[in-house]
Amino acid sequence: MLLPKPGGRDLRLDLFRGLALWLIFLDHIPSNIVNWVTIRNYGFSDATEIFVFISGYTAAFVYGRAMREQGTLVAGARILKRAWQVYVAHIFLFAIYTAEISYVAHSFENPLYHEEMGIFDFLQQPDITLAQAMLLKFKPANMDVLPLYIVLLAGFPPLLWLLLRAPTVALGASVLLYTLTLYFDWNIPAYPNGSWVFNPFAWQMLFVFGAWCALGGAKQLSAVILSPITAAVAIAYLAFALFIVSTWYMPGLNALVPQWLEDWMYPIDKTNLDVLRFLHFLSLAVVTIRLVPSDWSLLQSRWLFPAVVCGQHSLEIFCLGVFLSFAAHFAMVEINQGVGMQIAMSLLGIAIMVATAALISWYKGIEGRSPRSRPGPPGATLVGGGV
Amino acid sequence: MRPIVVAAVLCALSASVAVAKEGNECIIAAGTVAPDFALPNVARAIAKNKLDIAVIGSASSELNGPAGTNIAYPTWLEKTLRGLLPGVTVKVTTHARARETASEMEAKLPRIISESAPALVVWQTGTADAIRGVDPEEFRVALDDGVDKLRAGGADVVFMNMQYSPRTEAMLAVATYADALRFVALKREAVLFDRFTIMRRWNESGVFDLYGATRTTNVAERVHDCLGRLLADVVVAGAKLAPVVSRGTD
Repeated sequence: MLLPKPGGRDLRLDLFRGLALWLIFLDHIPSNIVNWVTIRNYGFSDATEIFVFISGYTAAFVYGRAMREQGTLVAGARILKRAWQVYVAHIFLFAIYTAEISYVAHSFENPLYHEEMGIFDFLQQPDITLAQAMLLKFKPANMDVLPLYIVLLAGFPPLLWLLLRAPTVALGASVLLYTLTLYFDWNIPAYPNGSWVFNPFAWQMLFVFGAWCALGGAKQLSAVILSPITAAVAIAYLAFALFIVSTWYMPGLNALVPQWLEDWMYPIDKTNLDVLRFLHFLSLAVVTIRLVPSDWSLLQSRWLFPAVVCGQHSLEIFCLGVFLSFAAHFAMVEINQGVGMQIAMSLLGIAIMVATAALISWYKGIEGRSPRSRPGPPGATLVGGGV
Repeated sequence: MRPIVVAAVLCALSASVAVAKEGNECIIAAGTVAPDFALPNVARAIAKNKLDIAVIGSASSELNGPAGTNIAYPTWLEKTLRGLLPGVTVKVTTHARARETASEMEAKLPRIISESAPALVVWQTGTADAIRGVDPEEFRVALDDGVDKLRAGGADVVFMNMQYSPRTEAMLAVATYADALRFVALKREAVLFDRFTIMRRWNESGVFDLYGATRTTNVAERVHDCLGRLLADVVVAGAKLAPVVSRGTD
């Protein structure tokens, strides 16, 4: 059951968010042999779904308590402060990104890639590009998740208010918004063209669903979640997704997929959180909950500590991961791009993420903000924890 | 990185063979490149001994050598097809324009069909759309409408996706467009020539160093040569999949 014990923090959330952060880091290093381990190669959904769901879950857990104890205004203000922190982090990453690609644009030449060099055109117009970046309309590759998170947090206070009073209505409103978004093609415009890669009006459903689960929804659903029938359906669906994905990369297998299924299924849209992706995430979650009980002894052990500690400081570690993936790509371009280098960069990056997360924990400890260093009502320490 | 590619790389590594860079090495390293669907119009054209092919694309379908001669893959496609199809008059014309998006190309299709009535259109696209950040839905619709127009005009279509470009990979998000291209191809039973995967295999197996900075066209020319030859194989194989009877000598 995906529900924390009273007063306790469900370490599974930290564990899986930590793992998702690693996978996002690995996925963001292009041409990396290590990223064949990431789940996106074996099904429809990827680490983004895990990250968004758990972020919704922990946001509701932390700020829901704050809203009950400190009032709507204070909790709302704290959520907006968090959104501001994420915005600042995004702009900081954009600065690093711009520095990297300006360097690459200057140092690289190859007639084969004349066309691809067009990506550097935006460097010719810093006036427009920088303003558009600050408006969150210009978002370079792999920098789409934080803007989504900013919008989700900014819209969260009224939603949380409703979730605490009428959770079913709030979830229904979220599903309705998702449906209307698909129907009317709502999205936020982007620069220079098109719209957001992660459509907040669609992805909010996963975030709200996570929040709803945290505020008692998971408890209500526990009979369904833990039923053997649900597990069987989930496993069957995961197997189906694995098969479909393998037909994309193995020539010949495609003939086994009937045309009506293709007509119905494609395209599987990441921008608008395709229902097939959502179901794939749910199936993964159902299977995971069965395999990993919340009182699993290893959760407290040193073996899982590296992932758990990363999940506990997710904003910092997410940003660090984006930066490290730039750095790893840069090192591979400038020094060596062999398989050994790819593995070394992947492991080194994860080691830096773990070390930084442990350091942040240590800082919070000496500043008296650690879960273990402060007396108080059980579980209230989560308020100081990362979201 | 896909599991198959990993397997291929691991095999290459365990053998620890320095890959020879001569001859057909690029063809072998490209792995299995087979058409998923038939090319019936090409088969009919071959049976009539006259095969006209139009290549539409953006800047990566063009390449000029030091002497100003055209050394892009369409040239090699034509040359290879002439060798593979003796007795057939093969003509490949290129309509490539830098920075052109899929919907801009789609608008040109009726004119190309009415002017030259090609049996096959090789449609290279995706990179310009990714650079310009075109709405993926607009991209997908353009491809879909394009397939309609081409088939109505009696032409088969082979889609060609982006080049694998490791230097710009962290900056240029091609995955959305590559997926859209793949989905349209599967749904419409059109052949996809997966240039991206082929070039990535070349880079991984060491056949070509696609990271290196250079001012010369040496690597680019060999890459285009190999792409053209592989594409010719796909065209001929696709024609053979068609139910109509082709020339007896084939």
